[in-house]
Amino acid sequence: MKGILKIAYKLLVNDKGKFAALLVGITFAVFLIVMMTSMFAGILHKSSSTVTNIGAKVWVMDPAVNTVASSIPMPDYVIDAVRSINGVKYAVGLYSGGALVKLRSGVYQSVTVIGLDDASLYGRPELIEGQIEDIFAENAFIVVKDAEFPKLGNPGLGTEFELNDHRGIIVGIAKVTTSGLFGVPTLYTTYKRAIQYIPSTRYTTSYIMVEPKSSDTVPYIKQQVAALGYEALTKDEFNRKVANFYKYQTGVGTNVLLMTVISFIVGLSISGQTFYTFILENLDKFGALKAIGAKGKELVSMILFQAAFTALTGYGLGVGLASLLIAVAKLRLPSYAAEITYTNLGFAFVMVLIIAGISSYVGVRKVIKIEPFDIFRG
Amino acid sequence: MARLAVSAKELVKWFGEGEARTMAVRGVSFDAHFGEMLYIEGPSGSGKTTLLSMISGILRPNSGTVIVEDKEIWKLSTDQIADFRLNTVGFVFQDYHLFPKLTTVENVAIPLILKKLDWNESLATALQDLEIVGIRDRAYLTPVKLSGGEQQRVAIARALASRPDIMIFDEPTASLDGDTGRRIVDFVKKNVLNENRCIIIVTHDSRIFEYADRIMRMEDGKIMGVEKGGLYAE
Ligand SMILES: Nc1ncnc2c1ncn2[C@@H]1O[C@H](COP(=O)(O)OP(=O)(O)O)[C@@H](O)[C@H]1O
Ligand SMILES: [Mg+2]
Repeated sequence: MKGILKIAYKLLVNDKGKFAALLVGITFAVFLIVMMTSMFAGILHKSSSTVTNIGAKVWVMDPAVNTVASSIPMPDYVIDAVRSINGVKYAVGLYSGGALVKLRSGVYQSVTVIGLDDASLYGRPELIEGQIEDIFAENAFIVVKDAEFPKLGNPGLGTEFELNDHRGIIVGIAKVTTSGLFGVPTLYTTYKRAIQYIPSTRYTTSYIMVEPKSSDTVPYIKQQVAALGYEALTKDEFNRKVANFYKYQTGVGTNVLLMTVISFIVGLSISGQTFYTFILENLDKFGALKAIGAKGKELVSMILFQAAFTALTGYGLGVGLASLLIAVAKLRLPSYAAEITYTNLGFAFVMVLIIAGISSYVGVRKVIKIEPFDIFRG
Repeated sequence: MARLAVSAKELVKWFGEGEARTMAVRGVSFDAHFGEMLYIEGPSGSGKTTLLSMISGILRPNSGTVIVEDKEIWKLSTDQIADFRLNTVGFVFQDYHLFPKLTTVENVAIPLILKKLDWNESLATALQDLEIVGIRDRAYLTPVKLSGGEQQRVAIARALASRPDIMIFDEPTASLDGDTGRRIVDFVKKNVLNENRCIIIVTHDSRIFEYADRIMRMEDGKIMGVEKGGLYAE
C-alpha cells in the first residue's frame, strides 16, 4: 500500500466512533437494498415456477393471461389449429387448476393440479420415487417435493387422500427446480383425470405446449397463433410477461422501488453526513499535511481511499447480513421468497459507489480549499 | 559572513478588503544565514506568524519576494512550492498539530512518507529522530498520552525528519513551563543547529533570549530593529 494511503487508512480506522457510524450507514443501506431487491427477485422467480418446471419451449395461451395460475381456458379447436401450423412438431394441452384435498387427518389443504397430456405426458416431472407410468393407474397422483410438500403431511408412495370427494393415491414423488409463490402444494395427474375430478368450465385447455421443428420456426408460429386470436410465447417471454405483471401491474414493484429509493436516501444521509463531519474534524490534519508538503492530489487520493474503503467494507457487511438473514429465514420458512442475484448485488454496488462518490466529493471540495495558514494562526 | 539562507525583500501582506482590511506585514526585509539562530520577537498581533508563513511557502505575500537558497519561492508552481515545503523547510507549529490517531513514530514519519520513502524505512528513520530528541521510549504511544514538553519534541522530530536546511519554530515555548522551554531550546541550539542549517524562532519568551544569535524586533507589521542576542550580546 502506498504510504500516504496507509496514513489515510489509520486516520479513518483509528477513529473508531466515526468509522463505526460510517459503516452502520453504508451497511444499513446495502442491507435494505439487497433485501428489498432479493425479495423482489424471489417473488418474480417463484411466480413463474410452473413455466420453469414444465419446461416447454413455446406456450400458447389467451392474450389476457397475466400469471401462470390465472389461466384462461381455450376451446378445443385451438389445439387442432396449432397442430396444423407449419413448423410445429407437436402440440399438447396442459391443464392447470386448483382443488381441495382432504388429508387422512381430516385437514383440508388447497393444491394446484397439473394435468399432463395422456398420450405424451409432455412436461412430466423428474421423479425421486415411483414410476412415471403409474400415473395411469386408478386415482393416481404424483406429488411434488417442494417447500410446500409438508403441508400434505409429508406423503409417501401409497398415501391416500380425497380430492374434491374423489379418492386419490400418491404413486410418485417428483423433484422440482423452483417452488411456487402461492404456498400451495402441487399434484400431477393425467389431463383426463384432472378435468374429470375438478369441476371446470366449458373449455378445459389451460395452455398448449408447443415443440417447434426448429427455433427458426418460432416467429412464424407466433404470427399464426396471433392470427387465431391467441398468443404464443417462448419460455423466456412467458417468464418475462409474468415478471412484468408483478413489476408494473401490482403494488409489489412500486413498493420495492420506493423502499430501495428510501434505503438509498437514508444510507446516503447517514454516511454522507458522517463522512462530512469526519472530514471537517480532520480539516486541521489535512491542513497540517498540506503545510508539511502534501500536494492537493495526494490529499484527494487520501479522501477517495477513505470513502472507497468505507464503502466496500460496508458493502461486504451489508451483503453478508442480508445473506445471513435470508438463509436463516429460509431455514424457518421454506417457502420464503428471496433470492440474491448478481443483478441485485451489482445494483447495490452501484448505489454504494454513488453514496461514496457524493460523500467524498463534498470532502474533497472542502480539503482542496483549506489554507494551512488559517489553521496555524491558533 | 556566513552563507545566505533566506532573504526577504519588502514583504507586504494584508487580510480582508476595503474597510475591513488589516495590514499584517508592512514591508519587511531581512536576511537569515546558515549556522545562525535568528529570533523574531514582538507583541501578539504584530505579524510574526504571518511573516514566518510567507518565508516558509505557506502563505503567499501580496507583494515582495522571498529568496531561499537562491530560489524565488513565490515564482514556483503550486506543486513546486509543496516540494519546497517538504524538502527545504521544517516548520514546528505553535500548537504542534500532531495527529492524535497516529502513534508518535508515525507522526514523525509523515514527511518521509510524503517523500515517498517506503513505509518501514520511514518508520525506522523516524525512530532514530525520536532517539535524537530523547523520547524514543514514547514511540508507540499516541501524542495525547505525552506531556507538553514531549509533544514539542515530537513536533521537532517531525520537522527534523526531512533534514531541512531551514527550521522554523512558532512560539516553541508558549505552552511549556520555563524549565522545559529552556531545556528544549538548549537542545535545539546544541543538536539541531549546524553550519548548514538556519533556525528562525518566533517568541516573546525572554527566558530563552540567551540562545539567540540575533533578535529582530517586530511591531505592527514592521521590523523595529535587530540586535545581537543573549550569549553573544556585546
Ligand atoms: N486570516 C486572517 N484574516 C484576517 N486577519 C488576520 C488573518 N491572519 C492574521 N490576521 C491579522 O494579522 C495580524 C498579524 O497576525 P499574526 O501574524 O498572527 O500575529 P502574531 O503571530 O505576531 O501574533 C493580526 O492583526 C491578525 O489579527
Ligand atoms: Mg503568532
